[in-house]
Amino acid sequence: MSTLIPTPSDVAPARIPAFRGRTGVFALTLVHARMILVETFRVPAAVIGSLVFPGLSLLFFVVPQRVVADNPDFATQAVIALSVFALMSNSLFSFGLNIAANREQQWDPYLRTLPAPGVSRVLGQVLSTGVMSLASMLPVIVIGALFTAAEAPPLRIVAGLAALAVSALPFMFIGISIGYSMSSKAAIAVVQIVMFGLAFAGGLFLPPLLFADWLDTLSKFLPSRQAREFVIWAVQGGELEPWVWIGILAWTAATFALALLLFRRDEGRRYR
Amino acid sequence: MTVLARLDAVTRRFGDVLAVDDVTLDIHSGSILGLLGPNGAGKSTVLTMLQGLRKPTSGTVTLFGGSPGDYRMRQKLGGTPQETALPPTLRVGEVIDFVGRHFEEPLTTAAVAEEFGLGELLKRQTGALSGGQKRRLSVALAFVGQPRLVLLDEPTTGLDVDARRTLWDAVRRQHEAGATVVVTSHYLEEIEALAERVVVMGHGRVIADDTVAAVINQVSLRQVRLVTDQPDRVSGLPGVVGRDMADDGSTTFYANNSDRLIVELVRSGIPFSDLTVRGATLEEAFLTLTGATDAPPASAQTAQTQPAQKEMHR
Repeated sequence: MSTLIPTPSDVAPARIPAFRGRTGVFALTLVHARMILVETFRVPAAVIGSLVFPGLSLLFFVVPQRVVADNPDFATQAVIALSVFALMSNSLFSFGLNIAANREQQWDPYLRTLPAPGVSRVLGQVLSTGVMSLASMLPVIVIGALFTAAEAPPLRIVAGLAALAVSALPFMFIGISIGYSMSSKAAIAVVQIVMFGLAFAGGLFLPPLLFADWLDTLSKFLPSRQAREFVIWAVQGGELEPWVWIGILAWTAATFALALLLFRRDEGRRYR
Repeated sequence: MTVLARLDAVTRRFGDVLAVDDVTLDIHSGSILGLLGPNGAGKSTVLTMLQGLRKPTSGTVTLFGGSPGDYRMRQKLGGTPQETALPPTLRVGEVIDFVGRHFEEPLTTAAVAEEFGLGELLKRQTGALSGGQKRRLSVALAFVGQPRLVLLDEPTTGLDVDARRTLWDAVRRQHEAGATVVVTSHYLEEIEALAERVVVMGHGRVIADDTVAAVINQVSLRQVRLVTDQPDRVSGLPGVVGRDMADDGSTTFYANNSDRLIVELVRSGIPFSDLTVRGATLEEAFLTLTGATDAPPASAQTAQTQPAQKEMHR
C-alpha cells in the first residue's frame, strides 16, 4: 500500500485558464444564466406576471391620466418609476423564489460539486435577472414612447439604465435574504407583500407629489423611492439630493450584510 | 497505483452528532471501492467532504493533490445528485449538455445517452421520467466529464432487480474505460457485484478495509441462541466470534459457521436448551464487528481478517 507516499502532484488536473476558454468563468456564467432562463421560461405563467405587469401598469394607471401622460416631465418620470418596478419585481422574484426553491432540492448541492467557481453561479443569476428585467422594461419603454409625452435623449437613457443597475443591488440582496430565510411557499407571499409595499410607498405606482407629508417622509427611507429618484436624476438631470445616494449606499450595505449572514447560517443548517 | 484522494484523520461533527470519527482512507486509482455500512454510518458525509460540499471538523481531505473546495480540483471528479433531484422542467438532453459544459473533455450527449440507455428520452423533461430513469440519468451525469474519480452515493436505491443490473453493467464498463469508482451502499449484494475493495463503516469509523471476499466472510455471520449456564465454555468453541446476553437468560452467539458450532456444542457435552439458529442481519454483523457485543477475543477468525480485528479492538 502506498499509504505513506504523499499524493503525487501529477494527478492534479492540468492548469485551466481561470477566465477564458471553454470552462472559464465567463463561459460558465453564460451557461448558468442560460439554464436559469430556460428553466424560468418553461413555466410561462410565472414569467408573464413579472414580464407584463409593469407594462400593463403603465397602460392602465398612467396612459388614461392625460395630465400626467401629456406632460413630458411627469410622463418620463412615470416610465422610469415603472422601469424601477420591473427591475425590483424581477430581482425579488428571481432571487427570492429561486433560492428558496433550490434550498428544498438536492439539485443545488449537486451544482456545487461541479467544477464551477461560485462566482459563475452568482453572476449567472444576476445576468438572467438582468435579461428578464430588460425584457419587462421594453414594453414600458415602448408604451411610454407611443402613448405618452415621455422623452429622453439616447445618452440619458443609457445613463438611466446604468443607474437602474446600481439601484437594483438592494433588491437583489433583499431577494437573497428572503430566499435563505424561508420556505418557497412563504417566500412567494413575502415577496409579493414586500414588492407591492415598496412599489406603492416608494412612489412607483403613484407619484410622490400626491403623497401626504408623512408618507413622503417615510418614502424617502425606502430603497424603491431612492432608486426612483436616482434614475430620474440620471435621465432628467437636476440636483441629486444627499438622502438618495446615502440611502442607496446604506441599503446596499445593510442588505448585503444580511444576505451574507443568512447565506453563512444556511450552510450549516442545510446539511443537518 | 496513485492516490487520487485521501482522508487523513478526518472527523466531522454536526452539532453533537459525530458523523465521521477519525477516518483515514486512501482512494487508489484503478479500483472500484465499496463503502458499506448501515444508514447513519457516515458514508455520505465522507463523499460530501470529497466533493467539497462540507469541510472536515478536523483532519484533512485531499483530492487530486489539492483541496476539494477548489473547483479546479473537481475537474476530473464525477458525482450524482442525491435523491434523484433533477430540475423538472429541463429536458434530459439539456441536463446532460449543461453538466458537460463544466468539463474540459466531456463525452458527447449522444454517447452518454447510449451508454445509459437514455437515447429515447433525450427530449423528455426530467419531471416526466420514472424513478428508474431518473436514477439512470443521475448516475450518467457522474460520467459525463470523463472523470478519473467517480463518487456514487447509493446509486440503485429503490430500483428493481433488472434496472439495478443494467446500471451495474454500465458502471463496470465505465470502470473498465479507466474511471476509479467509489460506491456507497447498505446492500452487501451491490458491493459484492461491483467492488473489489470494501471499506466497512459503522458509527462514523472504519471497521474493516479489505477485499470483498474477506469482508463477506466476516459479515455473513449466523446467530445461535440458547439457554446455558456455561456461556464461557460455549464462547470458547471454535467459530464463535461474539455473544450477547439477553435479560431472559438466553445467550446469542455469533458464528461464521453455525452447523459446525452446533456439532461442536453437542460433542462438548455442555448442557443447553431452547436452541434457535438464524442468519444475522448486516446490521447485527456490523455491530458484532464494531465490538458492540461483549465478544471474547475472536480467536477463531481467519488470518485474512486481521486488519479488521485491529480496527475492532482499537
